Amino acid sequence: MYDFELLTATSLNEAVTALQNEETQALAGGQTLIPTMKQRLASPERLVSLTRIKALQGVTVTAKEVVIGAATRHADVAVQAAACFPALADLAGHIGDPAVRNRGTIGGSLANNDPAACYPAAVLACGAVIETNLRRIAAEDYFDGMFGTALDDGELITAVRFPIPEIAHYEKFVQPASRFALVGVFVARFDGVVRVAVTGASQMGVFRWAEAEAALSNEFAPVAIDNLAIDPAELIADAHAAQTYRAHLVAVMTKRAVTAAHR
Amino acid sequence: MLQLNMTVNGQPVSGQAEGRTLLVQFLRDELGLTGTHIGCDTSQCGACIVHINGDAVKACTMFAAEAAGAKVNTIEGQANADGSLNRIQQAFQDNHGLQCGFCTPGMVMSATALLRHTPKPDESTIRTYLEGNICRCTGYHNIIKAVLAASEQDAFAQNPR
Ligand SMILES: Cc1cc2nc3c(=O)[nH]c(=O)nc-3n(C[C@H](O)[C@H](O)[C@H](O)COP(=O)(O)OP(=O)(O)OC[C@H]3O[C@@H](n4cnc5c(N)ncnc54)[C@H](O)[C@@H]3O)c2cc1C
Ligand code: FES
Ligand code: FES
Repeated sequence: MYDFELLTATSLNEAVTALQNEETQALAGGQTLIPTMKQRLASPERLVSLTRIKALQGVTVTAKEVVIGAATRHADVAVQAAACFPALADLAGHIGDPAVRNRGTIGGSLANNDPAACYPAAVLACGAVIETNLRRIAAEDYFDGMFGTALDDGELITAVRFPIPEIAHYEKFVQPASRFALVGVFVARFDGVVRVAVTGASQMGVFRWAEAEAALSNEFAPVAIDNLAIDPAELIADAHAAQTYRAHLVAVMTKRAVTAAHR
Repeated sequence: MLQLNMTVNGQPVSGQAEGRTLLVQFLRDELGLTGTHIGCDTSQCGACIVHINGDAVKACTMFAAEAAGAKVNTIEGQANADGSLNRIQQAFQDNHGLQCGFCTPGMVMSATALLRHTPKPDESTIRTYLEGNICRCTGYHNIIKAVLAASEQDAFAQNPR
């Protein structure tokens, strides 16, 4: 590993101040950033670790919302959100493998916005709000194509606020080598209105499937989308799956998510 | 250089590291604990798994400085006090759960973490939990049997494929 400086922040202020310097980058669980640095795909001069900032950790529940601190590990979301938002806890509990979940964080995942990552599907399907040290960003305005987000340089995610759906489920077809989603679909229903967000499939990153949302809002059952199909043209094609296969999987994962959806 | 203090296998230790020093390098090169292996160095294989405050993590994908003050457990700390293999290690030996042994420290550390919170896992739970541990030799079946045996379950009753 090339040489760089590692700072450990113990307060949000300390981290935000350190990030004013444009050569400094945030380090959360390191499950994406460390491999990226080893490959020299990123080479910041300075890292500021967020893992000791208490204010960024933990799950808080109110009647209608779950608020997750940005530096909360996937393993902790899997446990702490299990009672209030089981679909989200289940998603967190199936990210990567146990060791990845014991380090990786929701803030790191959303800042990275990997086109095959799981959390973006939950954020978009629930219309969650990304809180930063500067502002609140609606899910619709946050994701900006593969690995792209609305975050400015030095801007830090502090928390993610999820409205709690009536029922929801995330269904993921695992890419067996990476354990990311080959295709993942998060289905959530709020007051009868269904939202469907798809990850892993599109070259544009996570997206909502409007036709399926309309059909499922009308009738919340797998048959409701029997006649719908995703246009494969904009989907990802790689060694693991062709565009047409991914398009097929989007429909299958959506149906499975609808079948499995519960409180 | 940073001076790092942590508790490794129950012993307070102190050593020098740079910001970039990975935990696995610190354990192997600074503390001489070479039981923690580096298989891939890209967070894929799990050969480097150790416990930080009881949680399994990949020591190749964590900076040593992040473990400052933590309780770290490695394969070297797993044997019984008299030096004999512990229950899980013995089960790996008894069930032929290793061949070359390269993946074994990580497998044992993962299995130990699993059995701590799930004392009697079924076969599918074990397979899922060990997803991050890759073995090039055994084909996994005997590893699953070993974990079943270590949790005092009859491997054949559960019919591992
Ligand atoms: C083997 C393996 C399997 C995986 N499988 C999956 C999977 O199935 N599904 C999935 O979704 N992910 C998967 N991941 C990725 C994993 O979830 C990562 O934990 C996550 O993408 C990054 O989180 P992190 O906390 O490790 O962030 P880091 O790696 O520390 O940081 C990632 C990026 O986010 C930035 N950042 C971190 N925190 C913040 C913040 N609060 N505000 C602003 N920027 C920030 C960093 O500067 C960096 O650019 C996998 C990873 C591995 C190694
Ligand atoms: S060496 Fe750490 S996961 Fe392979
Ligand atoms: S025993 Fe050789 S890699 Fe597992």
